[in-house]
Amino acid sequence: MPNSWIDFLPTLLKGAEITVLVTIFSAILAIAAAFAAGLARLSKLWIIRTLAAVYVEVFRGTSLLVQLFWLYFALPFVGIELPKMLAAISAIGLNFGAYGSEIVRSAVLAVPKGQWEASVALNMKPWQRMFTVILPQATLRMLPPFGNQLVELIKSTSLVYFITMADLTYQAMVLRNNYIAWTTEILVLLLLMYFVIATLISVAVRLLERKLTVGRL
Amino acid sequence: MNTVIIDQQEALPSRSEGEPSTKTQPIVRYKGITKSFGELQVLKGIDLEIQTGEKVAVIGPSGSGKTTMGRMLMTLEEPTEGTIEVDGELLWHMQNKEKLVRADEKHLHRMRCNVGMVFQHFNLFPHMNVLRNVAEAPRKVLGLSKEEAEERAVSMLGKVGLADKLKMYPANLSGGQKQRVAIARALVMRPKVMVFDEVTSALDPELVGEVLAVIREIAEEGEMAMLLITHEMDFAKEIADRVIFSADGRIVEQGTPEEIFDHPKSERLRSFLQRFRSGGN
Repeated sequence: MPNSWIDFLPTLLKGAEITVLVTIFSAILAIAAAFAAGLARLSKLWIIRTLAAVYVEVFRGTSLLVQLFWLYFALPFVGIELPKMLAAISAIGLNFGAYGSEIVRSAVLAVPKGQWEASVALNMKPWQRMFTVILPQATLRMLPPFGNQLVELIKSTSLVYFITMADLTYQAMVLRNNYIAWTTEILVLLLLMYFVIATLISVAVRLLERKLTVGRL
Repeated sequence: MNTVIIDQQEALPSRSEGEPSTKTQPIVRYKGITKSFGELQVLKGIDLEIQTGEKVAVIGPSGSGKTTMGRMLMTLEEPTEGTIEVDGELLWHMQNKEKLVRADEKHLHRMRCNVGMVFQHFNLFPHMNVLRNVAEAPRKVLGLSKEEAEERAVSMLGKVGLADKLKMYPANLSGGQKQRVAIARALVMRPKVMVFDEVTSALDPELVGEVLAVIREIAEEGEMAMLLITHEMDFAKEIADRVIFSADGRIVEQGTPEEIFDHPKSERLRSFLQRFRSGGN
């Protein structure tokens, strides 16, 4: 029997490590997918716009848990076997990327038209307009909603429990099975640990926002 | 691909026509330009030539299409009909085999280096400091080294009186200072013709003077042609070689500043000037 709740920490931290790893890699994938799909939806070529729209609608319109099951349990039947970690990162990253693409798209559209016009007047090429003038300003607008999504993403990683990955939630459930009398303490610790990770992310996003707003009122 | 086919005889630059050869070839030539936004036709046939180094002021009531004329020259607005030549070459069209087709981005990119523009609302890049606002395009577009680009930018900022503001961001500048940075940013690209689109309209009255002073100084240097779309009648009178009065999508009257302001011929211009003068100027 544990002497105090402190004894649960090593196990929970081991789970937190998995949670953080899944969070980091799926967040990277989500951001990459969000930019790719968000910019693709603004493309002049209808085929690119359509492909991006299909991706967004499919991943937004079905549940993350089902996508996770699909990648992990269904793909092996067509000969693709993903390790748990890769399946988790892909499902979460692509799901959040679909939501994020709308953030990217609307932030780009929200940059005043005059900024495009000034970059045309300076004879910048289309990609220079995008990367030196529009995206730096759009990115700043994306940060608050992206911060939101990131916090949401951390909490969603608990779904990997269902493909039996030993993340934070999984470890807490194992502990609870063994020490049912300590359920309250274990679940309070679980809450706190998610809260700490989420808060760290929020603070990081806010610092980044402050850094990028330098010189602006 | 949006293909525009135009009668060749009409559209091709024809320098050999019978007109007596003027001192210089025009740097800009609008030919039969119209522009419609849906049902609304804002330009109903504009023919205009601007000579090398000539300062042309365009005045007229709002909604008369003056701004659209300038934006077309900067390739921000495509003409519905007609052609524009810059330095003897078609701006919005190019030769493809036997046909004239809508210019592609490559053609526009090559042509745009002749033209610069200053906007009513400055349109400075808020995420870059003053120096970078001006040095960015010389570096990225003209391909200068960082040192060359900054050197050029600093000297241009000195010319507009802002050499001490290099590290400031646009948000910390007054409207007049912002517009002077925007002028430096356009000038540093050394265009052959520059469009000034109501550059003082968004400024507080007490800041108008400093911007006009800078434009006056540039105008005196000569070489560069200017298309000044303006509501500043006194200023137009002072620096323009020629004044165009446009109303309802047409050029109603044009002439020297004296002819336009002191001896207006058309009723339309007379009433415009009258309203303008009684409007508290």
